Amino acid sequence: MRFRDEYRDASAARRFAEAIAELVTRPWTLMEVCGGQTHAILRFGVDQLLPPQISLLHGPGCPVCVTPAEYIDKAIEIASRPEAILCSFGDMLRAPGTKGDLFAAKSRGADVRIVYSPLDALAIAQAEPGREIVFFAVGFETTAPANAMAACRAKQSGVRNFTMLSSHALVPPAMRSLLESPGARVQGFLAAGHVCTVMGYREYEPIAARFGVPIVVTGFEPLDILQGIFMCLRQLEEGRAVVENQYSRSVRRDGNEAAREIMRQVFRVVPRRWRGIGDIPESGLGFSAAYADFDAERRFGAVSARDEAAGPCIGGLVLRGERTPTDCSAFGTSCTPERPLGVTMVSNEGACAAYYRYRAAETAAGVQS
Amino acid sequence: MTRPENPALACPAPVLDQETVQLAHGGGGRAMKQLIDRIIRPAFRDPELDRGHDGAVLDFVGPLAFTTDSYVVRPLFFPGGDIGSLSVNGTVNDLAMCGARPLYLSVGFILEEGLPIDTLRRVVASMRDAAVAAGVRLVTGDTKVVDRGKMDGMFVNTAGVGRLVAPAPVGPESLRPGDIAIVSGDIGRHGVAVMTAREGFGFESAITSDCAPLAEPVLALFERGVAVRCLRDLTRGGLASAVVEIAESSQLAIALDETAIPVCDEVRAACELFGFDPLHVANEGRFVAFVAPEDAARAVEILRRWPVSEGAAIMGRVEEALRGRVSCRGALGLMRAIDMLSGEQLPRIC
Repeated sequence: MRFRDEYRDASAARRFAEAIAELVTRPWTLMEVCGGQTHAILRFGVDQLLPPQISLLHGPGCPVCVTPAEYIDKAIEIASRPEAILCSFGDMLRAPGTKGDLFAAKSRGADVRIVYSPLDALAIAQAEPGREIVFFAVGFETTAPANAMAACRAKQSGVRNFTMLSSHALVPPAMRSLLESPGARVQGFLAAGHVCTVMGYREYEPIAARFGVPIVVTGFEPLDILQGIFMCLRQLEEGRAVVENQYSRSVRRDGNEAAREIMRQVFRVVPRRWRGIGDIPESGLGFSAAYADFDAERRFGAVSARDEAAGPCIGGLVLRGERTPTDCSAFGTSCTPERPLGVTMVSNEGACAAYYRYRAAETAAGVQS
Repeated sequence: MTRPENPALACPAPVLDQETVQLAHGGGGRAMKQLIDRIIRPAFRDPELDRGHDGAVLDFVGPLAFTTDSYVVRPLFFPGGDIGSLSVNGTVNDLAMCGARPLYLSVGFILEEGLPIDTLRRVVASMRDAAVAAGVRLVTGDTKVVDRGKMDGMFVNTAGVGRLVAPAPVGPESLRPGDIAIVSGDIGRHGVAVMTAREGFGFESAITSDCAPLAEPVLALFERGVAVRCLRDLTRGGLASAVVEIAESSQLAIALDETAIPVCDEVRAACELFGFDPLHVANEGRFVAFVAPEDAARAVEILRRWPVSEGAAIMGRVEEALRGRVSCRGALGLMRAIDMLSGEQLPRIC
C-alpha cells in the first residue's frame, strides 16, 4: 500500500538497527508515550532490533487506560436512565469501572451505542429529540478537536439534548509528572506524533530544557519508531536535550492552528485524575463558560472522585513506566483480556494487551530468521 | 403488490396482500401456508418441498457430513451479499470443510412482525440463487414470527447434509509437522464490507463481501488426489482464530508468514484506520487448507483455477515446537504470537 509499506521495510529497519548499535556506548532508558506506538513496537518486534542496553518503557498514552473508574461508573449511571442514550467509542465499553463495564450495563438494558465519531452522537440527538444523548468524550489532544467540533455544531444548530461526559487528558503535564516522580527512570521520550499534529511541539521545549531530557516527536510505523529512537539516543550520546521532530511529514512546530482554536473556544484546562497515576494539575479539559451547557456533569451530576481500590494489578506502575507488563504475577494467568484485572489489559492501546496479544506465546523455535 | 380496496371489508385473517409480516404468518394456519406457497415454494421449486410434508425423505449411500449454523447479520443486505446468500454459503462451506459434497439444506426463518414482505422475498430469491450456484437443494423448512421489537428483522438457520468424498479423515487430528498451510485468497473483505455498510458509519468504501460457496475448489483437491489434512473456513474470528483453533486441537505449532497472506489495499486501509488486525477480521468466502508438503504447490495451482480461490497462497507451516501455539513472521522479518480474537473487535479511539 502506498505511503505505508515504505515505513515497514525490513532491510531499512536492519540498517537503522545497525546504526543504533554503532551509536550506543552505554545503557539508556527511553519511553514511547503513546499506546499506538507501544502496539507497533510489539507487533513488529521493533524492540527485538535494539541492542540489549536500550530499554523501552511504555508510557501513559492510552486514553481508555487513564480514564478513572468513577467516570465509567458515571457513564453507566447516565446510560441506565430511561431517557438517556450513552454514545461511546467501542474501545471504552470493555473498560471496567468499580461495578462492571458498559457492556454489562448494556446487557442489563442500558441504551449504550457504539459510535465512530462524536458527530454520529450529535446526529442521534437530532434524530431523537425526546431523548438525552450523552457522548463519552474520552481521549487526548488528538480527539479533543473533533469533540469540540461536535459541541460547536450542536450549539450552532440549537441542539439541547446533547451533552458530553468529558474525560480528556493532556500529554505534556503527564510527562512532567512522570519526570518529577521519585521513581523516574526515563532518560528520553518519543512524543506522540498524532498529539503533536494537533498541538505542535512548542510546549515540549520547556520540558526538555528543565529536565534535561531529549524529546523526539515520533510517528507510528516501525521505521518512524526506529528513527525516533535513533534521534533520541544520538542526543543522549552527545549530551544534548532538545525537542526534535522525526514525524515531519505530519507535524509542524505550531501544530494545527484551527484545531487548537476550536479547542480553546469549547474547553478550558482543568486539573484531572489519571487512573493508576493520580491527580495531575492542568492535565484535563473541562468546558469553557460559553459551552457549559454541553457538560454532562452539569446536567446529570458531577463525577465523584473515589480512592482506587488496592489490588494485584500493577497497571498504574506500567502507565508510569516503572514496571513492564511481564513484571506482573497476574499477567496472562489471573489477568487476561477475557478476565482483566486492569484496563491496560483490555484497551486496544493498553501495554498489557499489547504484550498479551503479541508475546503471550513465545515464538515457535526453529522458524526464526 | 395489490391491496384490498377497502381494508375494513377485507378478511381479518392476515394474508400476503399485506406489505409486512404479521404474527399470523408464523401461526401455523392459513396465513402461514400462503406465505410458504406464494414466496418460499415458488422460489425453490423443489419436489421435496412441494410435497408439503413434515420433512424431506432422501436417499443416501455411504458416510454423510451434517452441519448447522444460524445467521444473524446487520444490515441484512450488505455489499456483495445478504443474509440469504450468507446462510446458504455458510452451511455449504461447513460441509465442504468436512470433505463432503453439499447436497441438501433445510432452512428455518425467524421473522420479526412488521418485516416488509418484500425483504423476505429478496432474501429468499438470494437463497435460491446461492443454492443453485452451490448445487444444493433446499428440501425442508420452517417459519416462525415473533413480536415486533423482540429481534432485529430476520434470523435464518440452515442445516445441511453432504456426501463424504474425502478418502482420509480431514481435521486437526490429521495434521503432521511439515504440512503446509494455504489460504484461499485475500482476507478481511466480509468484515470490512459489513462494518462499513452499517448505518451511521460515514466511511465509504468499494469493498464487497467475499461471501461465496467454496465446495468446488475444495472438492477438486480431493478429486486430484491432494493429501488434504485439515480444512477450515474463515468466519467471524478471522484467519487468526481459525488457525489458533487448529493449533490447539492438533497440539502442534503453526508458523505463518504475514507477508504471504494476501490483504487487499482497501481492507488494509480500513484496518489501519480502525486499529484492526486483518488476521482478526471476518470472512465468508475464504478457507485455509493444510496439505502434505509434497502436494502444496500443486494444491495452490488447482485452487487458483476457481475464481473464488484464484488468490490462493502458501502462508505457513506446521511445526513441532511449542505445541498448540501460532506464531507469525511480520514485515520486519521478526516473529510475533498470534492469538484468537478476544471478544468483539472494536475500533480504537485515536
